[in-house]
Amino acid sequence: MIVSAIITLKKDVLDPQGKVIHQTLEGMGFKDVNEVRQGKYFEIDVNENDPTKAKGIVEDMCKKLLANLVIENYKIIETQ
Amino acid sequence: MKSSVITFPGSNCDRDMDVALNKFGFKNKMVWHNDHELPKSDLVVLPGGFSYGDYLRCGSMASKSKIMHSVINFAKSGGLVMGICNGFQILVESGLLPGVLLRNRYLEFICKNVYVKIDNKQNPYFKNLDKEVFEFHIAHNEGNYFCTKDQLKEIEANNQVAVYYCNDEGKTEDLFNPNGSIKNIAGIFNKEKNVLGMMPHPERMIDQSLSGEDGSLFFKNLINNLK
Repeated sequence: MIVSAIITLKKDVLDPQGKVIHQTLEGMGFKDVNEVRQGKYFEIDVNENDPTKAKGIVEDMCKKLLANLVIENYKIIETQ
Repeated sequence: MKSSVITFPGSNCDRDMDVALNKFGFKNKMVWHNDHELPKSDLVVLPGGFSYGDYLRCGSMASKSKIMHSVINFAKSGGLVMGICNGFQILVESGLLPGVLLRNRYLEFICKNVYVKIDNKQNPYFKNLDKEVFEFHIAHNEGNYFCTKDQLKEIEANNQVAVYYCNDEGKTEDLFNPNGSIKNIAGIFNKEKNVLGMMPHPERMIDQSLSGEDGSLFFKNLINNLK
């Protein structure tokens, strides 16, 4: 099954790319933006049909490689 | 004295480091990232470059490569491991050093000479250096040192800050911070001071006809400390 993981920067970590995107959006006329934070999205096809086990495998990947827990949080979503 | 420089796919300062180490008396061996065992070494160096194209996060892939098991064991048994630039990023990703290196604060790649302050000399790398301000070269896109507040407390309590960005007089103000690093930190040690990671490249300052000789002072002193 395919499991997705979203990696986002923790609140107190500076995100200069997000800031620049925010400024650009404002420049384009999107005036209602409070903040933009940029993250990463992964779709991982795991050879496992049990959703709990599949999520567990991807969670282990997040902890060990996909996210750096000093600066990032991860969220796991089961897609199909 | 024997040294080993690890070459990862995408390393590009490995040969410069080899030249520098040999110039000052080390017998250096180049070690491929896919090897399992380190040769007998007094010093292991993770060089600068763009290992694995900086994919995912700088140093994250290299930190999981085969040779790193051996490097981590070597470091944990007290062996000297030094990471320069991308090597520093690999050390934080491997967990041998605390913190992380973020994108530079103004999102630009920085390539220039900077002054750095080295006043922490209770360690095998800097012991006996007879000055505090050095001119080294930096070239990086992700050198913005960051750690949690708790980590910073611990780093400072254990005297783990190795190198600060400063001006030619050794003033460590934000004005002389090229990349936004917390507290102008350019390099840190592990608790035991046998693992050193720093963004500046001493191996680029070993010849007057290139850009200076402050790196020569560092390497000469290092080999003397290890003898």
